[in-house]
Amino acid sequence: MTTIDQAPAIVAPKKEKSRAWRKMKRNKSALVGMCIVSFFALLAIAAPFLPIPDPIATSWTAIRKAPSAAHWLGTDDLGRDILSRMIWGAQASLMAGVFSVAIAVGIGVPFGLVSGYFGGWVDMIISRITEALLAMPFLIMAIALAAFLGPSLTNAMIAIGLSAMPIFVRLTRGQVLAVKTEDYVEGARSVGLNHFEIMTRYILPNVFAPIIVQATLTIATAIIAEASLSFLGLGQQPPSPSWGSMLNVAKNFLTQAPWMAMWPGIAIFLVVIGFNMLGDGLRDALDPREA
Amino acid sequence: MPVYIGKRLLVAIPTLLIISIFVFSLQKLLPGDPILAMAGEERDPAVIEFLRDKYRLNDPVIMQYFYWLGGVLTGDFGISLRTNQPVLELIMEKLPVTIQLATMAMFFAMIIGIPIGIIAAVKKNTFVDYLANILALSGLSIPNFWLGIMLILLISVQLGWLPASGYESIFVDPVRSLQTMVMPAFVLGNALAATLMRHTRSAMVGVMSADYIRTARAKGLSPKEVILSHSFRNALLPVVTLSALLFGELLAGAVLTEQIFTIPGFGKLIVDAVFNRDYAVVQGVVLCTAVGFILMNLIADILYVILNPRLRATL
Repeated sequence: MTTIDQAPAIVAPKKEKSRAWRKMKRNKSALVGMCIVSFFALLAIAAPFLPIPDPIATSWTAIRKAPSAAHWLGTDDLGRDILSRMIWGAQASLMAGVFSVAIAVGIGVPFGLVSGYFGGWVDMIISRITEALLAMPFLIMAIALAAFLGPSLTNAMIAIGLSAMPIFVRLTRGQVLAVKTEDYVEGARSVGLNHFEIMTRYILPNVFAPIIVQATLTIATAIIAEASLSFLGLGQQPPSPSWGSMLNVAKNFLTQAPWMAMWPGIAIFLVVIGFNMLGDGLRDALDPREA
Repeated sequence: MPVYIGKRLLVAIPTLLIISIFVFSLQKLLPGDPILAMAGEERDPAVIEFLRDKYRLNDPVIMQYFYWLGGVLTGDFGISLRTNQPVLELIMEKLPVTIQLATMAMFFAMIIGIPIGIIAAVKKNTFVDYLANILALSGLSIPNFWLGIMLILLISVQLGWLPASGYESIFVDPVRSLQTMVMPAFVLGNALAATLMRHTRSAMVGVMSADYIRTARAKGLSPKEVILSHSFRNALLPVVTLSALLFGELLAGAVLTEQIFTIPGFGKLIVDAVFNRDYAVVQGVVLCTAVGFILMNLIADILYVILNPRLRATL
């Protein structure tokens, strides 16, 4: 007989996973999104190994040069190679997107789990705080937090993560409320498993699909938020490159060097649309109502 | 209805209290002692003690919070360190500018998003629908500050059609005011147009498969009548309430747009305050935005009840 400790956690069955993957493969838009995201992720990872100029090395003989064979995307106001800064900037942007969402999920999901599972006054307190945090517009809250924490990429990530956190509390709580009355949760409770085991082994795996979808879509929002904070001077600090801070400098040279503003914006647009397409595709693939 | 509104207002009170605690705590997050900065280089202990007493910093934190909250409730948000003006006065000065920008942005969002949403729903699963979906996805993915920069480059610098920056009050020179606001309003309304388009499409698709639409068609009504008089009227409900909610988002979105087009509004106020370490202004702006957001939520709920006869009947 299988003992309780050896009882397997209830996760989506293999058949379900392959069905989702099949649906995902049929969704061209999601595949395009996945390719775009993978491309930028590979670029960001490979940045230190690529034969590109130093992104912070200035050259007084190459100030604001238009795109050419020597500098494919041109140079900036200090003669730095824009392609190189774009590739290193991808690292900052993607890192900011992923880490801030990790912070939001890491704090939001446990609170949502506890809130939905225990209910009562715990739920009331967590829900009221979440509602209050949701009433503060995302970017204003991120700006206020970044301002009080001090300008840096790390603090921008913390500010964005904390601002995005209430979405995950509310989402997880809602999912837990739907799942906690299921028979298998009742079963786990009746055989004497403790609350922690029930939450982590039986509830969490069954509420994780919408959280993954939301996380993917929130990475897109977080990338724009990081670019916005860096654009305002509250994120990545010079001379380190980030797409937002590159745009911040570029806006002062619009007439002399329009290419400085063009490339970082296109990169932000592409990576954000990539995450949005991937997120939409994941939502369709993981939605059991969709055939 | 008044009872319903009263109940909704009561529910908002705890939310507002939690927000006030959060905004007050922001001040406590600050590194360093503000009194030492105020005391100047000499840092005379008597002056430091006097300032601590004056600002009640010797009292327990909870008492400090209540003093601060009492001030806020009577309209005293503190004094701006930079301009020496009361924070509330500054906010009231800048708010009309942002409200004009947000209203124009909402106008753009509605005239772009709603018709495209209707067309996409009517032409569901056709090339037009896919194109509308790509447009919406692009609208959601373009950073609005970049779109602003590109429009300045194209429309102001290259074509010279509209001014790149500046602001004129609509009551002083309406034409100039509209000229300066058209581009920023379009930039701000762009992402909202995408959101409205998606919601209009989804609401219309839901309504168009309803039985009463089939009946309307069977009665021999023209497609135009079916779409506009029957489908759209019913699909409008979630769209209107969403618009009220998005209006709150516009206040936040205005931060970057105002920065790019140098519009002296609410958004620029917070950014300038952040860089001048004018924390009383930052706190005031965050608090006012949150109150505005809750107010718009309330209006959205009330609109929902007014527009939905079934809900109205239950009140």
